[in-house]
Amino acid sequence: MEIVFSLASLTVAKVLQFSGLKRTTKMEEKALEVYDVIRSIRDPEKPNTLEELDVVTEKCVEVKQLSEDEFLIIIKFSPTVPHCSLATLIGLCLQVKLQRCLPFKHKLEIYISEGTHSTEEDINKQINDKERVAAAMENPNLREIVEQCVTEPDD
Amino acid sequence: MKEALSLVQRLSAHPDSRCWFVSWNPSGTLLASCGGDKAIRIWGQEGDSWICKSVLEDGHQRTVRKVAWSPCGNYLASASFDATTCIWKKKNDGFESLTVLEGHENEVKCVAWAPSGTLLATCSRDKSVWIWEVDEEDEYECVTVVNSHTQDVKHVVWHPTQELLASCSYDNNICLYKEEDDDWECRATLKGHTSTVWGLTFDRDGQRLASCSDDRTVKIWKEYPSESSQGDLPWKCVCTLSGYHGRTVYDVAWCRLTGALATACGDDTVRVFKEDETADPDQPVFSLAASMARAHNQDVNCVAWNPKEAGLLVSCSDDGDIAIWRFQEEE
Repeated sequence: MEIVFSLASLTVAKVLQFSGLKRTTKMEEKALEVYDVIRSIRDPEKPNTLEELDVVTEKCVEVKQLSEDEFLIIIKFSPTVPHCSLATLIGLCLQVKLQRCLPFKHKLEIYISEGTHSTEEDINKQINDKERVAAAMENPNLREIVEQCVTEPDD
Repeated sequence: MKEALSLVQRLSAHPDSRCWFVSWNPSGTLLASCGGDKAIRIWGQEGDSWICKSVLEDGHQRTVRKVAWSPCGNYLASASFDATTCIWKKKNDGFESLTVLEGHENEVKCVAWAPSGTLLATCSRDKSVWIWEVDEEDEYECVTVVNSHTQDVKHVVWHPTQELLASCSYDNNICLYKEEDDDWECRATLKGHTSTVWGLTFDRDGQRLASCSDDRTVKIWKEYPSESSQGDLPWKCVCTLSGYHGRTVYDVAWCRLTGALATACGDDTVRVFKEDETADPDQPVFSLAASMARAHNQDVNCVAWNPKEAGLLVSCSDDGDIAIWRFQEEE
């Protein structure tokens, strides 16, 4: 009877360990880590952070585990203005800051949250094309704007 | 998961940067790599080890995206985000800049030499494909500018035996070009991929073309010469490899010696597929023969088979490394 009981509790422990419960906490922790990096990015046009303008919120970050040490990060941001170039610029800032500041191994997907833009598919495709992103960051004017948005005041 | 891929050597090719492309010379004795550090590096063997033989810097002002060896092996062409293509000529143990081809409006994404050695193709984010002719005096002249794509053209590749050019694009399509009255024109548009097509490779005889895409699939296209529909070149998709790649497939390479297909993927994995010899040629079957997860620490950007030594494969990555692999057939 005792043996059966301890086996049962061992099984329950394992189930809890691998169930959504513990995993959710870990993913939530990672999501907060990500959010901490992006919340202070400044809007390219306004003197506010993306958090202050509700362009990004805690809920807009989703994290999934890809492997033991690698995570998939999905961000859905809501640009304040329907300007295509501005939305792409914000996407670029998100890409650059996360590439530089996230300490853990990750893959990144950045999207405009559905229904916030008429050309969202076009914008999403641009933001997630790493060749386009790399080339954009070699454009001195664009680079300057992005640097101003992502650099922390005490950097 | 079969692991018939073993690491021969890992090289820190473009430190603190990404290595975008790596290419074997025609004799399979040298490697040329290029990257975000704006440099090209030439690698050769010293005993059993691969070492850096020379560094070509100051050729470009921005990222060097691809490099291509001429069929004779004496010239190198490099395509850069600075909108130029540089032609280098072999001199002693290094290379010297011969000429710079200008004309594209923005980043040049690819450059490729035709097997004849007298034609060169380049493509760009400006949506165009340029075809250049080179004469015996090393003079380059643009003979055609083709605008068949509606978005960035990511890659161009020449047919191994015919004067046929293929290009693929951010517009999700593949275009095939032939020369007609001294002008090159698009003779077929292959549709099927649902996102950006990043790479193309012909098989040994050029009867089939493999393409890879952001839609995480690899497609095999076959030519049906006996069929002709309104003058269009008759190519059809005969096979789609899906469910294997976890993220964007950035490159695909068909081994001209063994027929094996290698892929470079954004999930950091290098995969090798082999064709089932018994399958119907109109419905080819490919199966995964080897998969090297964590081949690199980041996205794998390029794979290339050694043209002379069967089973020797090279890959490069956003992590700045080049890795050389040996693919061994399983009994």
